[in-house]
Amino acid sequence: MDNIAGQRSGLSIATHIATALLVLLWIIPTLGLFITSFRDQDAISQTGWWRALQGAPQPFVLSVPVEDQVEVDGGTWVLETNIFEGETAAGLPPSVVDRGRVAAFGISRLRGADTDPGETLETRQGVAITLAADGALLASSPEPLEGALALPVMLVAPPQMTLENYTEVLTDTDAEERAALLERGTTLDRLLFSDEALFGPFVNTMTVAIPATIIPIVIAAFAAYALAWMEFPGRGFLIAMVVGLLVVPLQLAFVPITIIHEWFGIGKSFLGIWLAHTGFGLPLAVYLLRNYMVGLPRDIIECAKVDGATDFEIFRKIVLPLSFPALASFAIFQFLWTWNDLLVASVFLPSDTESTVMTRFVVTSLLGSRGGEWHILAAAAFVMIAVPLLVFFTMQRYLVRGLLAGSVK
Amino acid sequence: MPVIVTGLITILVGVGGMVAYFWVSNYLLDQVIYPARGENIGRNVRRATAIRPWLFVFPAVFALGLYLVVPVFYSGWLSVTSFASENLAARGRFANYAAIFSSGGFRIALLNNFLWVLVVPAASTFFGLMAAQLTDRLSWGNIAKSLVFMPMAISFVGASLIWSFVYHPDPEIGILNALRTAFGAGRGITFIDGDIVDSFWLMVVLIWIQTGFAMVILSAALRGVPEDTIEAAIIDGANPFQIFFKIKVPQIMPTILVVWTTITILVLKVYDIVAAMGNQYRNLEILPTQMMQSFDSGNYGFATAISVVIMVLVLPVMIWNIRQSRAEMR
Repeated sequence: MDNIAGQRSGLSIATHIATALLVLLWIIPTLGLFITSFRDQDAISQTGWWRALQGAPQPFVLSVPVEDQVEVDGGTWVLETNIFEGETAAGLPPSVVDRGRVAAFGISRLRGADTDPGETLETRQGVAITLAADGALLASSPEPLEGALALPVMLVAPPQMTLENYTEVLTDTDAEERAALLERGTTLDRLLFSDEALFGPFVNTMTVAIPATIIPIVIAAFAAYALAWMEFPGRGFLIAMVVGLLVVPLQLAFVPITIIHEWFGIGKSFLGIWLAHTGFGLPLAVYLLRNYMVGLPRDIIECAKVDGATDFEIFRKIVLPLSFPALASFAIFQFLWTWNDLLVASVFLPSDTESTVMTRFVVTSLLGSRGGEWHILAAAAFVMIAVPLLVFFTMQRYLVRGLLAGSVK
Repeated sequence: MPVIVTGLITILVGVGGMVAYFWVSNYLLDQVIYPARGENIGRNVRRATAIRPWLFVFPAVFALGLYLVVPVFYSGWLSVTSFASENLAARGRFANYAAIFSSGGFRIALLNNFLWVLVVPAASTFFGLMAAQLTDRLSWGNIAKSLVFMPMAISFVGASLIWSFVYHPDPEIGILNALRTAFGAGRGITFIDGDIVDSFWLMVVLIWIQTGFAMVILSAALRGVPEDTIEAAIIDGANPFQIFFKIKVPQIMPTILVVWTTITILVLKVYDIVAAMGNQYRNLEILPTQMMQSFDSGNYGFATAISVVIMVLVLPVMIWNIRQSRAEMR
């Protein structure tokens, strides 16, 4: 058995590594866009998100004025200044001036910034130059300095995380526009509900998803009880029908239901999409709930019957409370599906801006007109997936249980 | 926000209406139509018991019938009776089918759909199986599983955005191009530019989403493999790979098939990813995007004909599912 035990431990290290790689591969795409959604618009195009935390050193050539030099000890000219202040700073981006530090510096343009901050370099003219990480510059020269010192440097600005992208996408105004509009008397909720803002679609998505989750549960629970615990002719056929309908492509229903909705006067509306989601969600709901209810202990239900309980009472007081896990798992499925859906929404909701949902808004408005603006797209993506992710991480247990009830016996 | 208010009213009316329906109909049945008293008590109770199941299933059967069963036949009917032009109508009952099958776009879409069906279920099931086996006895297996499973919660549109960012042509933005540059490639490449093989990059998105699903189910199946078969294999000197491929995999084969077919069905219906990532390219089209184009332009004949084609592709799985479930019930 020795060799097997030996193999095990070698294999187990390999397992750890392989799993870590797999997990990394799976979360990197999401992580990338998530980090991006908090980054400054300029930073996104300058450096990759994977360098967002360290901040990328950027090369600059500084031109340091020498007017402030003083003569000390007769014959030595000394310049003490800070490159992040005064005239030198004028040529640098504000983010670097505010939070930047020196990553490297040099004295020759040809060799570039090749020396660590804090060290001292001497030019051919005998000028000793020290540049500290915080930008403090000390130059001492045997001759008076003339013109300006030209120093190649690498400067790092630490990353700044911002919520601005989210505000921008929810209100469709950048910081300046928003300030100007608010000053002119626009209220915040007028911004939130403007045509191009994401907040309206967020509310609409919620309006679609919640009724479309609750209504099918109620309908399905009764049917599932009957299919699980009541004897009647045609039961087997109905169960087979539900199983068959599980895989019917939604596309098949689009034209007929559109015509039927027109005919009933529902047309394209929220009522229409609630009904459509209810119909499309029912096969899975009935299937999951029936599978679960069939597994409930027969004794309890028969005892209740003997004690004179009606089916309605058994359903309401025994079966429904005991089926909570199955109800929860279907609710999660249906909520995720209706929240994330693009297809059904494009068919059954009107195409005006007041009733668009987030997925549709992203595909038609954002990807079309602002396809290159990743600060907007990233924030929009995470507004869109925040709620499903929250549901997923808090209710994962039920989701897994539901999946298993549907596929593994 | 009037829409929210109507939403809340709908919930109340929907749920309240359903509860009221069940309560009132049961009350009528038990107290008014067939009361459990009087001279016919025995007959009445029997009749009430025979009718009650139908009260319970009626709303569901009605909704399923109206929203799924009727449309299957109605679509079939429309596909042979609704024509976009007189010209087409003159060419006989199956003119819509003849027209779509002879159009280049449809054939590309059909081919792409077949590629999707070949690649995505196979890859998702494979990665899911690997992930399930890897995380099986791991101390941090549950965390790993939960992270691989997470894309399941992300919408196809959100996933498309996430991956468009990964595929970004600028090496300072897209991580794939950054890796290529790090390994010495010159400039970034555009991954999705309408080549027929670019569908592969879109499939990656769906594989990324579906692997978690496959993993969750297969990992439960792996747990169910009887311990003694594995112990017997160890005593016979099987190495871990032999145990996995020759002992465990054959035993969970039925579950692997279920996972495979479930993902296949999903792949046939997927629309959002192509709509969000490759909509402008004809070469990347699949049947659902073709169907939506006809639908949006009001050509109901083509739209229903394409959806019937999708239905026909799904049909074998449907029959297999029904047989499985009937076999289980006996």
